[in-house]
Amino acid sequence: MEKKTKQTGIQSEAHASDIGEKYGWKEMLHQMWKQNPLAILSAVLIIAIIAAAVFAPVIAPYKEAQQDLTARLQGPGMKHLLGTDELGRDVLTRILFGARVSLVVGIIPSVISLIIGLILGMIAGYFGGAVDYLLMRLVDIMLAFPSLLLSMVIMYTLGRYANSVICIFAALSITGWASVARVVRSQTLSLKESVYVEAARSIGVGKFRIMFRHIFPNCIPSLIVLFTLNVPSCILSESTLSFLGIGVQPPAASWGLMVNQSKQFLFGMPWLALAPSITIMIVVLAFNFLGDGLRDILDPYMQTR
Amino acid sequence: MAKENLLEIRDLHTSFFTDHGVVRAVNGVDLDVPEGRIVGLVGESGCGKSMTARSVMGLIKSPGRIESGSIKLDGRELVGLSDRELRSVCGDDVSMIFQEPMTSLNPVLKVGRQVEEVLLVHHKASTKEEAKRLTVDMFERVGIPEAEKRMSAYPHELSGGLRQRVMIAMAMVCKPRLLIADEPTTALDVTIEAQILRLMKQLCKEHHMGILIITHNLGVVAEICDDVYVMYAGRIVENAPVFELFDHKRHPYTEGLMNAIPKIGGNPEFLSTIPGVVPNLLHVGDGCTFAGRCAHASDRCRAEMPALYEVAEHHTCRCFLAEREGQ
Repeated sequence: MEKKTKQTGIQSEAHASDIGEKYGWKEMLHQMWKQNPLAILSAVLIIAIIAAAVFAPVIAPYKEAQQDLTARLQGPGMKHLLGTDELGRDVLTRILFGARVSLVVGIIPSVISLIIGLILGMIAGYFGGAVDYLLMRLVDIMLAFPSLLLSMVIMYTLGRYANSVICIFAALSITGWASVARVVRSQTLSLKESVYVEAARSIGVGKFRIMFRHIFPNCIPSLIVLFTLNVPSCILSESTLSFLGIGVQPPAASWGLMVNQSKQFLFGMPWLALAPSITIMIVVLAFNFLGDGLRDILDPYMQTR
Repeated sequence: MAKENLLEIRDLHTSFFTDHGVVRAVNGVDLDVPEGRIVGLVGESGCGKSMTARSVMGLIKSPGRIESGSIKLDGRELVGLSDRELRSVCGDDVSMIFQEPMTSLNPVLKVGRQVEEVLLVHHKASTKEEAKRLTVDMFERVGIPEAEKRMSAYPHELSGGLRQRVMIAMAMVCKPRLLIADEPTTALDVTIEAQILRLMKQLCKEHHMGILIITHNLGVVAEICDDVYVMYAGRIVENAPVFELFDHKRHPYTEGLMNAIPKIGGNPEFLSTIPGVVPNLLHVGDGCTFAGRCAHASDRCRAEMPALYEVAEHHTCRCFLAEREGQ
């Protein structure tokens, strides 16, 4: 493999340091499987759930709101794998359809709050001074204010104008960006003091280019972790809102809504509440494990790639 | 001097306005870097060497600022330029190499892209392909083997010497008129140091550029510099061409620095030092800043700051001892 280097003018004396052969994605997966099988399993599980949500109408045994009043509150059995609820609707079907709401509600507000938090955090950290002060006090207010209460206020005020799912996006994005901004700001503060940012400044790179080319990539590992923590918390928040009756409105299905509707049967027929609850738990755990695994691979400071 | 001055610093004052008082880190420095020459700026840690360089690059951070003075690059005044104008000069006409090759490259960007960025920022390349071609070219010029392959390496995949070469490539890629090197070899071992110094000397000759090299290592000075400025507590205390300085050092501080170089064959038990430390720049009196550590200090030294006296051609010294001889 040793290629003769063209040498113009200056004699090259430096020894080539070994550049480790770059892993292809197959090797990377293999490596990851060996190091962190849980992350791979989680990824597979998440992909499966996304597929299930997308193809819910095809794979679900019944229609979303199909009622069978002769078979109400059935236990798990052959006809209804996870039983039926008080209106005779198939629980498995509703969990599959609920995955659509829960995943969308988990991912989209996380992305929005991540973007808002990233931009405001970088601006606060990089410019400092009054900008930093104002933005961080705003963050303090956002963090100090009970987020559930704020979400409820937003749901109520916006609920008149927009679809309930859109309202949930707004509510969760508005409550979620503050913690992201805080983390990004603290990273920016330390990164902007680093020699390579100074070096970039010394070769004439402008402020915004430094922010997006030099600081942003260094924030990515923590952004991924934040994202994978944010998604489950959004799913949980949606569940909470729906459980309280101000989230997704029936007859649409959502996991939180299902737990809400089954709470009155908690003692007699616990599977009604358990099925969506366990689903929520599994998805939330899967995202967390995946985040952990991703951070390990993507972190440039770890050389075990 | 016969040669045209590329960099002309006149009476530069850079101060830090801290809660405890004003720290005059650079206190009236005059410095010239002529075209095609390598100028050394030496002194102990904390004597203002780096701050002089940073003033040129506009890298002084709050609470510090340039109070007064003039920095002319190729006849163009840099003090008072807006941030935007200064950014267009830096990297293009003047660029800087930092001390730590370990930390001065962004760990998450491929080194090739970091060098290409300089070209793109200064519009030296209109397309990415052109930038890439110029970068590979530059990598080869600074002696990076397998340049093409190294382009897509991350900094942690390269050795210290290679990283410093990448830094030099980054600083040189726009063909600046002036290169400022802030302790470029301090973090490297001696064999790599020799290579890097040779490389800089060669680049200086080829491009007819000026280099200002900041160091506390008099070996480096002897190796590559043409002219030397010795700095102490924010002031230039002695300035001479390199041989003149080593043969006829006048200032007691320069003498102390030279005596502090360990010598083979000297007394291994005893390492000569300059007694005391650099004075706290928050509390400097009227007298010579070196008086407290100087063996020859008189009452006059403690009361009054000596001026720079010319003791020989191109040789100035800030000491009353030199005043008598100069007259």
